[in-house]
Amino acid sequence: MFPLRLRGLRWEAGGRTILDGLDLDLEAEGITILLGPNGAGKSVLLRTLCGLVEPQAGEIDWGGGGRPESGVAMVFQQPRMLRDSVCGNVELALLPMRLAGVERRQQALAVLERVGLAHRAADSARALSGGERQRLALARAWVTRPRLLLLDEPTASLDPSSVDAIERIVREIRTEGTRILMTTHNLGQATRLADDVVFIDAGRVCEHAPVQRFFARPASQAARLYIQGELPWRMAF
Amino acid sequence: MNAFSLALSEAFALLAGFDHRVAEIVGLSLQVSGLAVLLGTLIGLPLGACLGVGRFPGRQLLVIALNGCMGLPSVVVGVVVYLLLSRSGPLGSMGLLYSPTAMVLAQTVLVAPLMAAIARQTIEDAWRDYEEEFRVLRLRWIDSVRVLLHDCRHSLLVAVLAGLGRAMSEVGAVMIVGGNIDRSTRTMTTAIALETSKGDLPLAVALGLVLLAVILVLNGLAFVVRQWAMRRYA
Repeated sequence: MFPLRLRGLRWEAGGRTILDGLDLDLEAEGITILLGPNGAGKSVLLRTLCGLVEPQAGEIDWGGGGRPESGVAMVFQQPRMLRDSVCGNVELALLPMRLAGVERRQQALAVLERVGLAHRAADSARALSGGERQRLALARAWVTRPRLLLLDEPTASLDPSSVDAIERIVREIRTEGTRILMTTHNLGQATRLADDVVFIDAGRVCEHAPVQRFFARPASQAARLYIQGELPWRMAF
Repeated sequence: MNAFSLALSEAFALLAGFDHRVAEIVGLSLQVSGLAVLLGTLIGLPLGACLGVGRFPGRQLLVIALNGCMGLPSVVVGVVVYLLLSRSGPLGSMGLLYSPTAMVLAQTVLVAPLMAAIARQTIEDAWRDYEEEFRVLRLRWIDSVRVLLHDCRHSLLVAVLAGLGRAMSEVGAVMIVGGNIDRSTRTMTTAIALETSKGDLPLAVALGLVLLAVILVLNGLAFVVRQWAMRRYA
């Protein structure tokens, strides 16, 4: 699957160009944070990588092969939970693996333990708080042991302790060898989590740099303005 | 005392005395409609769910046809099933005409499309919510159908209730294929029609009261289940 190379990705919708010849290389390890203003194309890029969006032009080279059948997971900003128990929602992700029910349950409980939700395994998933729900979404993605995990603003509108819990889990997932690509608008979070930062503006990668260098000496004017909070507002897609 | 109150008081007397005629007719009605709704559930809900999730050429036409079948005239269904089951019909050799089985068959034909159409709308709405999650999880199409049927189980009670209401209150089709034979194929609705035309209003009213009570109790139960589900699953 790695190195993952994206070349000339283009995607338009409603007369707007969302991805405009985007190029990006991702190596096998680490956490990459996607930064950029609203409407820059970050979420569409994640959706392209997990197969929800088909680019109208460009190529994705998955380490020399085609799109893998499995190994890519995604957590949405507002994950949807079934009207089922917390454990049942994690088990859902294991359905394609055709495991026995007992095995599914064991794996689900094990991952719930790691995200701190084992004590709520039997509760309704829809009764969870926003932070717990996001941890459950991470558990649902993690249980499939993905090689690439895509996180679309997983801590948006969460309180600081929930953000801290999510960041701890993201680091733990990374230490198990999962490559993480995550969007956020929280620059503090980017400095805490990222190995490298990709700055996207108007559907193109403006800058791809190690995190310290990106924040200390942003190379592009757009990134500098974004960090200073001066980038002109663009309508979200 | 006018005719209505007289009929009503005699009807209550019949019910209070556990009249065997009433019990027999009510029992058969529940049996026939219950079986028809069970078959309608087994056919209609998965069919509706498949149409709700599936995207294939001709789907729109199927949806339109299914929605059209929600209002199938029961006498037309009765005539078609009659022709199928009559001695010269394709299923005539089975000798089912004027039997409770024929009535179950006719009612199933009536309720299955109704239940499928309601299920299709319910599942399609849920599918819009979950589609991206399910696609990312690489769920197989059939797994999506199964998971959504389970997820919408409390909403689908409406489909089952609608089917039950249609089956219990239906008179035309069961009259044609059942023949309204005493102690064999007489249901509440066919008996009410017959007794009213004979002038035996107390029995007709008693059966009408039972019919109303059954429908009210089942709707009440469904309401309780939905309330419980809303509390349980937030």
